[in-house]
Amino acid sequence: MEGAKISLLITKDLVKWFGDTHAVDHVNFTVKESEVLALIGSNGAGKTTLVNLISGLFRPDGGQILFRDADVTKQSVHGRIKAGIARSFQLVNLFDQLTARDNVALTIFSREGKIANLVALAASDSAVWDEAHEILKAFGLEAKARTLAGGVSQGERKLLDVAVAYALRPKLLFLDEPTSGVSTREKAPIMDTVTSVVRSTGISAAIIEHDMDVVFNYSDRIVAMHQGAILADGTPDEIRRNETVITNLIGTTEAR
Amino acid sequence: MSVPVPAPRTTASATRPLRIAVPIAVLLALVPLVLPPYSSILLAYGLVMAIGALGFNLLLGYTGLLSFGHSAYFGVGAYAVALMVKYLRVTSMELFLVGAIVASVLITALFGVVCVRYTRIFFGILTLALSQVLWSLAFKFFWVTGGTDGLRVPTPSLFAGLVTGAGDKIAFMSHAYYYYVLITFCVCVALMWVIVNSPFGMALQAIRDNETRAEFVGVQIWRYRWVAFLVSGVFTGLAGALWVPLNGLTTPDIMHWTFSGEIVFMTVLGGFRSFAGPIIGAIVFNYLKTYAVGYTVYWQLLLGAVLVGLVLSLPTGIVGTASRLVARFQGRS
Repeated sequence: MEGAKISLLITKDLVKWFGDTHAVDHVNFTVKESEVLALIGSNGAGKTTLVNLISGLFRPDGGQILFRDADVTKQSVHGRIKAGIARSFQLVNLFDQLTARDNVALTIFSREGKIANLVALAASDSAVWDEAHEILKAFGLEAKARTLAGGVSQGERKLLDVAVAYALRPKLLFLDEPTSGVSTREKAPIMDTVTSVVRSTGISAAIIEHDMDVVFNYSDRIVAMHQGAILADGTPDEIRRNETVITNLIGTTEAR
Repeated sequence: MSVPVPAPRTTASATRPLRIAVPIAVLLALVPLVLPPYSSILLAYGLVMAIGALGFNLLLGYTGLLSFGHSAYFGVGAYAVALMVKYLRVTSMELFLVGAIVASVLITALFGVVCVRYTRIFFGILTLALSQVLWSLAFKFFWVTGGTDGLRVPTPSLFAGLVTGAGDKIAFMSHAYYYYVLITFCVCVALMWVIVNSPFGMALQAIRDNETRAEFVGVQIWRYRWVAFLVSGVFTGLAGALWVPLNGLTTPDIMHWTFSGEIVFMTVLGGFRSFAGPIIGAIVFNYLKTYAVGYTVYWQLLLGAVLVGLVLSLPTGIVGTASRLVARFQGRS
């Protein structure tokens, strides 16, 4: 089953330097179609840098990024979004003075190439608003549709952040710590919602996460990073038994 | 992070604003019939400034960019008209408006390319510096621009020559020209309202709220800022073109940065977080300035004191404060 899946994203020898530090050191990373992958590692392991390189926020110092067999290494952020790569942010990044519904609707307008239109009322495009409503509903946020994004709770903000990225209808969705900054009680409901939406649409998700319970419960495959390189790559069971990972990551995570 | 305050909204339908706008437009149309000519001329100045401030606020209120150089685009509109009179002997107001739009598109397109890569203080300083370049050109190239003497603009003909300015200038300005300004004002307000409520307008607000995220939902930041800059400059240029026949003369003063400051002030006074704020602010500012000038030679001092008082007591501007009071009143009843 696992082997039958086609690789959606492949990085080849991806390198990023910050001064003398190898933030990402010759990383060969893959995401397969329709999988939920967890990217783990201690702080500074290079997880977010890797996502920043793939999503286009940073330019790599070496290596290649292939998405659906096309080289996107030199593509702009806009080009990568068009290709089907979307992301959320660790520190929630929303349009705080727009309502939750407007946050999602704007993203749909953008995806549909309609934001260049300055002589039509946004309100009159009912297809977009219906879709925005559906997405908010899927993320359990319909009650907050008319609330300003800056005024909803932290857990809801995390979900809205994912919903906005999801509204781009990507093929690959990077989620940078979707449960950071929320209470332990809120983590499982957030992950339940996010993974059920992702799995129901068959897209791939790569989730950066520190909470090992979340990682083992929700992912199909786990990639562990350490000091800018990939330390291990396998199913949750394989990772759980991997001595190197236990010594370098899980041990330290539990100790924290 | 500060508590978010409601910003210019996007998902509006046209019915409610029309219910407010139509009665106001009717009242404005009655002004020349019931008030003395001086009042309608003064109001015409206010409406012209309102068009300029409306354009300015597309950048400040909706895109989050504070321009300190909008006097340049106002001046480009005014000088385009004056130079069309001087070199081409044009008298048609419609041609003036077309000329002003073309000139402001050219200048703002060029200035925009330089400015929109920056935000905050860097954007403000760049717009200020570029406007001062235009001011010094108007000031120094006196054989073209008339230097500090400026250029005279005679009374234009309106509606493709149907209405000419022959005869009593005061009567022309307070009636025919007032209506001309009012019609242009209504068209500009309607157009700007559609723009800020369009998907494009939403994209600008997204850029204002969070540039990084806007980029990651596919908004090409520089491109959209540039278009906003262009639209903003053209509205202000159009205001300059309407202003110059009213004033009869254009001098480099209107390109000076102090006039940019006035545009900022009228917008903040009215409230840059609401659509109507810059309109109300421009009209009120125009009255304040006119009466302050008439009252004392130290008018700047008086105006400054009044404005400081107003901003301290009404931090969300006139419109922001009024909406809060209305909301409170509705909450009670």
